[in-house]
Amino acid sequence: MNFMSIRIKKDKCISCGKCLKVCPGNLLYKDEDGKAFIRYPEECWGCTACLKECPAEAIQYYLGTDIGGQGGYLYISRDKEYLNWHIVDKNGRKKTIQINKQESNKY
Amino acid sequence: MKLKRKRLITDVLIIGGGTAGCFCAMTIAENSNLDVMIVEKAHIKRSGCLAAGVNALNAYIAPNETPESFVDYVKNDSEGIIREDLVYSIAKRLNRVIKRIERLGLPILKDQNGNYVQRGKRSIKINGENIKPILAEAVLTQDRITVLNKVNMIDYLKKEDKIIGGLGFALEENVVYEIYAKAVICATGGASGIYRPNNPEFSKHKMWYCPFNTGAGYAMGIRAGAEMTTFEMRFIALRCKDTIAPTGTIAQGIETYQVNSKGEPYVNKYGESSTATRLYATVKENEIGNGPCFLKTKGIKEEHEKELFKAYLNMAPSQTLKWIETNSGPASENVEIEGTEPYIVGGHTGSGYWVDTNRKTTLKGLYAIGDVSGGSPKKYVTGCFAEGEIAAFSVIEYVQDRQIQMLEEDEVETKLKEINRFFKNSDSPYSIGEIESAMQKIMDEYAGGISARYGYNEAKLKVADERIDQLFKLCYQLKATDMHELLFIYEILDRLYICKVLIQHLLARRETRWKAYQENLDYPQKDDNKFLKYVNSRYENGKIKILFRDLVGRDEFYEHSNQKR
Ligand SMILES: Cc1cc2nc3c(=O)[nH]c(=O)nc-3n(C[C@H](O)[C@H](O)[C@H](O)COP(=O)(O)OP(=O)(O)OC[C@H]3O[C@@H](n4cnc5c(N)ncnc54)[C@H](O)[C@@H]3O)c2cc1C
Ligand code: SF4
Ligand code: SF4
Repeated sequence: MNFMSIRIKKDKCISCGKCLKVCPGNLLYKDEDGKAFIRYPEECWGCTACLKECPAEAIQYYLGTDIGGQGGYLYISRDKEYLNWHIVDKNGRKKTIQINKQESNKY
Repeated sequence: MKLKRKRLITDVLIIGGGTAGCFCAMTIAENSNLDVMIVEKAHIKRSGCLAAGVNALNAYIAPNETPESFVDYVKNDSEGIIREDLVYSIAKRLNRVIKRIERLGLPILKDQNGNYVQRGKRSIKINGENIKPILAEAVLTQDRITVLNKVNMIDYLKKEDKIIGGLGFALEENVVYEIYAKAVICATGGASGIYRPNNPEFSKHKMWYCPFNTGAGYAMGIRAGAEMTTFEMRFIALRCKDTIAPTGTIAQGIETYQVNSKGEPYVNKYGESSTATRLYATVKENEIGNGPCFLKTKGIKEEHEKELFKAYLNMAPSQTLKWIETNSGPASENVEIEGTEPYIVGGHTGSGYWVDTNRKTTLKGLYAIGDVSGGSPKKYVTGCFAEGEIAAFSVIEYVQDRQIQMLEEDEVETKLKEINRFFKNSDSPYSIGEIESAMQKIMDEYAGGISARYGYNEAKLKVADERIDQLFKLCYQLKATDMHELLFIYEILDRLYICKVLIQHLLARRETRWKAYQENLDYPQKDDNKFLKYVNSRYENGKIKILFRDLVGRDEFYEHSNQKR
């Protein structure tokens, strides 16, 4: 199994179905156990809409190696008006960037 | 599998609940008591171009600019081929729609005096990560708007020469919707996936334009006989290598420039800097062995780097992931850039429906707004909003005293059969994915894709045309086993129609008007005597008819000859 788009951690998924709803490509489905999975991983745009929606932090986003992915990934946690972007590199080091949704970009 | 029919009726049907569609629906609801139905193939909360977020509002009239100077800029950047009436009507509304989206909750950066902070001459800085949920929320608070999510529209319903509704199928139930309305507004965005993409393998959808906008609105219009314009002005973006993330954030945000592998600035060698020249220069530098090319960022301050990390997360998160997971960043390494595959996008260049000044198409009862509508490049988000408003006010007037009309039973049944055939087909020799790749390869090699460095000539286009015809036949043999596969098949069919029209437009412009976007190698010069004209087309009896039309001026009110009162 390769994870070169999104990877949904089955043990974390609470089957709420929110990611299925928002994917702009309708790529996510539920398996027999009611857990979400990506049926067409190569169709993923990498928009991270599903990660932002997931209440269980069950979804991780990976870059394909064909575009420079090295096995690192990102996931998102939400805290009121903040989005916390956690980026884990191939050595397991994590960097968190917190962004206030109400605050404009400087660029 | 067999699909059931459901019939719905509304006053105004909007196809595509994206940027333009949502803004238009809101405007109609706020200014009339009409019922509006938005039909969206995904879900309006995160569908279309805005799914990941955008970085700036790219069309804005700054205090030292005017709507007139905005039109001059667009005209100059587009080598003269724009519908000035359309661009002007947008320009006059830009700052008003910006106020409206700000009131809805979009954060816009301001200075101490409360003025918007600019990014370059015509953009302002925002946090656009959440722009689509903000729009969706505003739509959902309007009682008169119904949203039908997860329904993919495939054709208009037409009675004589009038559009009376639309036909589509649901993705989550085995249902075909037959929706009748007094007026229909097409807002399905542009088309990607026509040419072979930058990352043709596993990461094929790591592209700039929304890969789920596959040009359904263009194809529906072509099939119904609507006039189209300027397809030959393809849009090719200059983007960050591999992630295909936008570059404007860096280029304008920290005001940097492009360098080749020797560290030399190169754009000016190829003419005055314009959107097309910056791309063309990069292609040429690679061709003569000066690649790779970069945006010069090395040495920027760490605080700038941090802000860029954030700005990209708010729009194209792959880029920040790439920087951080490879332990790099714009402060330590220049950012490599490349040209994308060509897209057909009326919000950046001029391809789309030929509309009148109110955004009515040549088919009665049908409007087109946003990236699917032609003639006015550089609309971007705010231009799409502006077109949503313009069409809304016109539609409110248009539907007064109009009645719902319906198709005869047997006509609908015939259409249903056309859809159901894809479930009945016996196994096809090729898979859906193979047909898609074949189309993209043909267009890439014979119609000026990346591998051809965007150039083409007539002999090659003729090959492309023949091979696309062969694919049509194969596409009709494809078999669907569920609704998603049916969607994939229609997405290919739609793009095949677009290929056919695009090829004829590329053939018709026997000059080179735009570097890279439209480079006819048989006619490498610009020819103002003959081609300061729009190339338009109409699909009639299975053939594409080309028409040349005279330029329309900024103070003209353009009306279609068949719809003059
Ligand atoms: C990655 C990216 C970054 C951008 N950044 C900026 C920026 O920073 N600033 C800026 O001003 N502009 C930016 N743009 C341009 C701008 O986002 C677009 O021009 C604009 O959003 C297009 O609006 P639209 O309504 O035409 O299309 P969309 O907003 O894409 O809406 C089209 C809708 O139609 C739906 N649809 C498609 N086919 C069908 C069908 N058959 N049936 C039903 N529904 C269908 C789609 O799902 C989608 O929701 C960016 C574009 C992209 C792709
Ligand atoms: S990242 Fe975007 S395109 Fe990919 S699965 Fe998630 S929502 Fe869909
Ligand atoms: S949003 Fe998260 S928890 Fe809900 S179904 Fe998707 S993966 Fe599971």
